This record gives sequence, C-alpha cells and structure tokens, in this order.
Amino acid sequence: ISSPIGGAELLFDGVKKHQVTLPSQEEPWDIRNLLLWIKKNLLKERPELFIQGDSVRPGILVLINDADWELQGELDYQLQDQDNILFISTLHGG
Amino acid sequence: MCQVGEDYGGPGPAELQPKLSWRGCEQKCMKCKEGLPVLIIRAGDAFCKDCFKAYYIHKFRAMLGKNRLIFPGEKVLLAWSGGPSSSSMIWQVQEGLSRESAKRLRFVPGIVYIDEGVVCGQSPEERAKTVTEMKLILQTVGFPYHIVSLEEVFNLPTSVLQPVSQGPRGSENTYKEAVDGFIQQQQQQQRVPEEGGREAVLSDEQIQEKLRQLSTQDPVGQEEVTGDSLPRPAQIMALMTLFSSVKTLTAREELLQTLRAHLILHVARVQGYSKVMLGDSCTRLAIKLMTNLALGRGAFLAWDTGFSDDRHGDVVMLRPMRDYTLKEIAFYNRMFGVPSVFTPAIDTKAPEKASIHRLMESFILRLQAQFPSTISTVYRTSEKLVKAPRNGDAAGAATARCLLCMCALDIDSADSATAFGAQTLEHLAQKPSPAPAPPTGASGRPCCAQGTRLQQDCCRDTRPLSEREEPRASFIEQLCYSCRVNMKDVPFLEPLPPYILMESQCRRQRAWEKQEIQEFLFEESEEDKDEIYQD
Repeated sequence: ISSPIGGAELLFDGVKKHQVTLPSQEEPWDIRNLLLWIKKNLLKERPELFIQGDSVRPGILVLINDADWELQGELDYQLQDQDNILFISTLHGG
Repeated sequence: MCQVGEDYGGPGPAELQPKLSWRGCEQKCMKCKEGLPVLIIRAGDAFCKDCFKAYYIHKFRAMLGKNRLIFPGEKVLLAWSGGPSSSSMIWQVQEGLSRESAKRLRFVPGIVYIDEGVVCGQSPEERAKTVTEMKLILQTVGFPYHIVSLEEVFNLPTSVLQPVSQGPRGSENTYKEAVDGFIQQQQQQQRVPEEGGREAVLSDEQIQEKLRQLSTQDPVGQEEVTGDSLPRPAQIMALMTLFSSVKTLTAREELLQTLRAHLILHVARVQGYSKVMLGDSCTRLAIKLMTNLALGRGAFLAWDTGFSDDRHGDVVMLRPMRDYTLKEIAFYNRMFGVPSVFTPAIDTKAPEKASIHRLMESFILRLQAQFPSTISTVYRTSEKLVKAPRNGDAAGAATARCLLCMCALDIDSADSATAFGAQTLEHLAQKPSPAPAPPTGASGRPCCAQGTRLQQDCCRDTRPLSEREEPRASFIEQLCYSCRVNMKDVPFLEPLPPYILMESQCRRQRAWEKQEIQEFLFEESEEDKDEIYQD
C-alpha cells in the first residue's frame, strides 16, 4: 500500500512520495485508520494543517487510485494491497 | 448559466480500466451514462474522464465567448504564479490556440511570472531553482514570457499609479466588426503568398512561425523589463526591510497583492499587452469576496472579483478561470498532466488564524464541507455585482483614485457616521498631532456605510499639522478606506518603493496648487472651476 503526497508535502519534510507498509491488524484498514496512522507516523509538523477532526482539513482533496474518494465511500473506503492514495492541497500557500 | 454543451454528448470511449472493482460506485458517468466516473463535481454529479475533459474545455471557451472582451489579434498577458489555477489557464489557452481554424482562439498570448521568493522566505538558491523550473515549463509552452522579480518594484515609474483613460469600446457591434475585419485581413494575407490553397493549414503555420519568432526574441524583451536576471542585493534588502516592518500578516498579504498588481500592470504596458488574464478560481474568488468585505473593500468588490476589471483604463484584467472550482482544477491538472510548480506563499505553514485571508479561507472551506453550495452561492453573488458609475461622469481627472489600489476613493466628506469616520477618529485618538484635513479631491461617493454608529466631527478639528507627521497624514489621505486601515500596520513610509512616495508627493503638490489657485477665484460652480484649472 503506497500513499504519495502532493502539494501538502511541506508538512511531511518535503517528501512527496511515501511507500508504506501498514502493520497488519485485526480490523481491515480504511481511510479513517490510515489518516490516524499518517498523523502518528508521517506528519512532521503542524498536524492541524492536514488533519482536522477525524478527516482531512477542508481544502485537501483525496484521490484513491486517481479517482475522487467521494465516489468510494470517503473515510470508510477499505484499503487494498497496492492502493494509491493521493492528497492534493488546494489551500493557499499549500 | 452555461450548461455543458449537449454536442459533447457522444458516448466517450470507456477506456478507463479500473484496477480494482470499486465498491459503492455502482453509478455511471451522468453525461455519457457509460464511462466509469472518476470524480464528483457540483452537487453529486459524477463524471468520467472523457466527459470531464470536454466539460472543462468547453467551460473555458464559453467564458471567453460569453464576455466577448478579447479582440482578435489582441495581445493578452497570462499572469502565472506556478500554481494549479494559472497553470491550468495557460494550458487551456494553448489548447484553444491549437484548434482547427474555425474554433481557434484568436489572440496573441504571452506569460508573466513574478518571482516573490524573497518575501516568502526562499533562499537565493531556492529562488534560482524555482526560476529554472519555471523556465523549463515556459519553454515547453512556447509562448513569449517575462520573468520579473518582485524587487523590480523599486524601479517602477510613477506612471503605474496613473490610470490611462480610454474611450468606451467593446459594444456588441464593434466586437463583431473587429472579428470580421480580422478574418478578412487574415484571408487577404493568405491569398498573397499562395493563391487560395489550403488556408487553414497555412495560417496555422503562420501563427506557429510567429510564436516561434516571438519566443526567440524573448531574451531581449525580458532584458527590457528585468534589466538583470538577478535582483541587486540592495533591493533584496530593501524589500525585506519593507516586509519585515509590516506588523501583521494581513497587511503583508495586502501589500504583496498591491505590489504584484502594479508589476503586472507595468509589464503589460511596457510590452504592449492590452489584456491580462488572472487565474482566480471560483473557490478563490468566493474566499476573496468575503475577505475583501472583512477588509473594508466592499465598495470595490465588483472590480476585485468580477470577470473584468478596468480600473487601470488601458489594461483590462480578466478572470477566465472564475467558473472552475479548485477541485475541478486539481483533478484536471492531475488527470491530464498539466505541470505546475509549487512555491511557498507568504502564508505557507501559517496557523489558521494568522491573517484575515487565512481565517476566511478555512471558514468558507469548512462551511463548504457541510453545505456543498456555499462557494457557488457566494460566487454567484460576485457575478451579480454591478460597477457603480463614478458620479455620472467619465473617469478622468475628476475622480480621485486610491494611491495604492487605484479604485475610485470611497471616502466620505467630513462628518459621517460610518466606519470611515470612526477610523479617522481612532487615528486621531492614537496620534493627536496629525489631524487629517478634509479630503482634497472630489469628495467620494457615499461610503460603503458599514454602520458604525459613531457621530463625530473630527475632520473639522483642524489642528496644525506637525512638520514631521505631515507626509504620513497626507499620504493616508490619498488612500481608500481599506488601504488606510491597512497602512496602520505599516509603521514607516520610507521603506516603500520610490514610485509610490513620489506619486504621493506629486498628488499632494497638485492638490496644494489647486487650493492656491482657488483662493484667487470667486465661488463658482464645480464645472467652471475645472475649466479654469485646466487652462
């Protein structure tokens, strides 16, 4: 499972692409869990500029395999092996 | 409103091979009813990739077609920041120019990029890297381009702050005449070299050739504007001093916008562009509208957020991307490989409440997340705003303009119960010495009247101005309400670029002379006065 980050990369030490292997857990991984995991493991600073509440900050788009996450259940989408999750910030100043 | 053209309705080839079976997406593209949807726009309309592309391209052409402001053969400057919206705009123009002759856009484009690295915390090395990246993209686009650093504001002439009045034009008839004339002219040109022949193909080549010539000429043109590719260290320092002297991020952002606008205008004038295209998206404009309201620019919303902005007279600013949401733009750029360059902005990584701009952005976007029609509602409002006629007469010397934002002054005469009046009063309370004399120029239209209930008559209270404070007081007098409020956070005038200070002094001188002359005149009607003054 990989998750490249576009635009908002500054909060991730400037790294745009993250190839990550998620630890196995009992319940299946969904986006909701992934965000929590990212917050804990990948975000380098100011998590509030990326995550608000249990979702991404309004203005940050989420693409699952290059398609709108709104088509795929948003937070409830269950991750598959080799999924490509892309975050694009449309906020001013990235 | 423009509906998606039915002529695009042909079922798009469903080339999209999904890697996985997506759960919860039983739906099909709402346009062709066949393709797999890849994104949802507006209120829940799912589009497939092909239909989205057609929809996106059509929208750009419809926006230009509907407004009929760009004349064939006209030089149009595309203001490019490297960000997604303006990048997408350039690609749309390129797409439009590469069409077969009947549908081709007929204007002559050029691109301007303003390097603001110094105020956004980029090191000289980072700036050089960004500019190299920009150039690489610009070269693939193939339009003539101008790269200007923000430091150039220290070399601007005062003429930037003087609107050039131009006779009214652009009515339906003249537009049609211009188009017909252009087509005829083009046909004649084609007949000369090759009797009849393949006109369309030939003209394509001609234009491509022309563009190539322009591009090769470019280094010369660039030299003219920038002088040197790298700004001098003294100017870098001066700019940093200026921006670090400004007390709040809100005021810094406003100052940057003002200086940027002046630079773009200057490049357009020097290079002979009569239109400038800005990349403001619908999302950005909705935020800007609310922000500007909060900043006290309510009187100028129609100029600041409308499709066209004619405040400078000869050069008209256009916003052709105003129908696109940032979501559409981001998806389009991603799907069709439109390159953009990420550069930090002045407020990058700033906390949410760091400035009015920032706060308004998160307010609108959060509201949008819960009420999906928020942005479009605000945006539609901006469409309906009408530019108020300036006191009946045509623009000219008669209307006093704000020194910085160049809008007609919205200030009140003395004695008003408005936010403006309150602001003047506050100013007096803080600094007792510089009591601003009543505004010298034409007393503006009734102010935007933001209902402050303060009754005062501060302006009649003309205490003597202290010598040292005088320049600042008269500088402030030449500004609109919003720019006045903004200048409160700019404690020193000295670091401002010379063209602003010189123009300010010039205006003060002129006002003073006018007053001198008037002392020798009998009381006359406004018109007579003007006549004598002009003589």
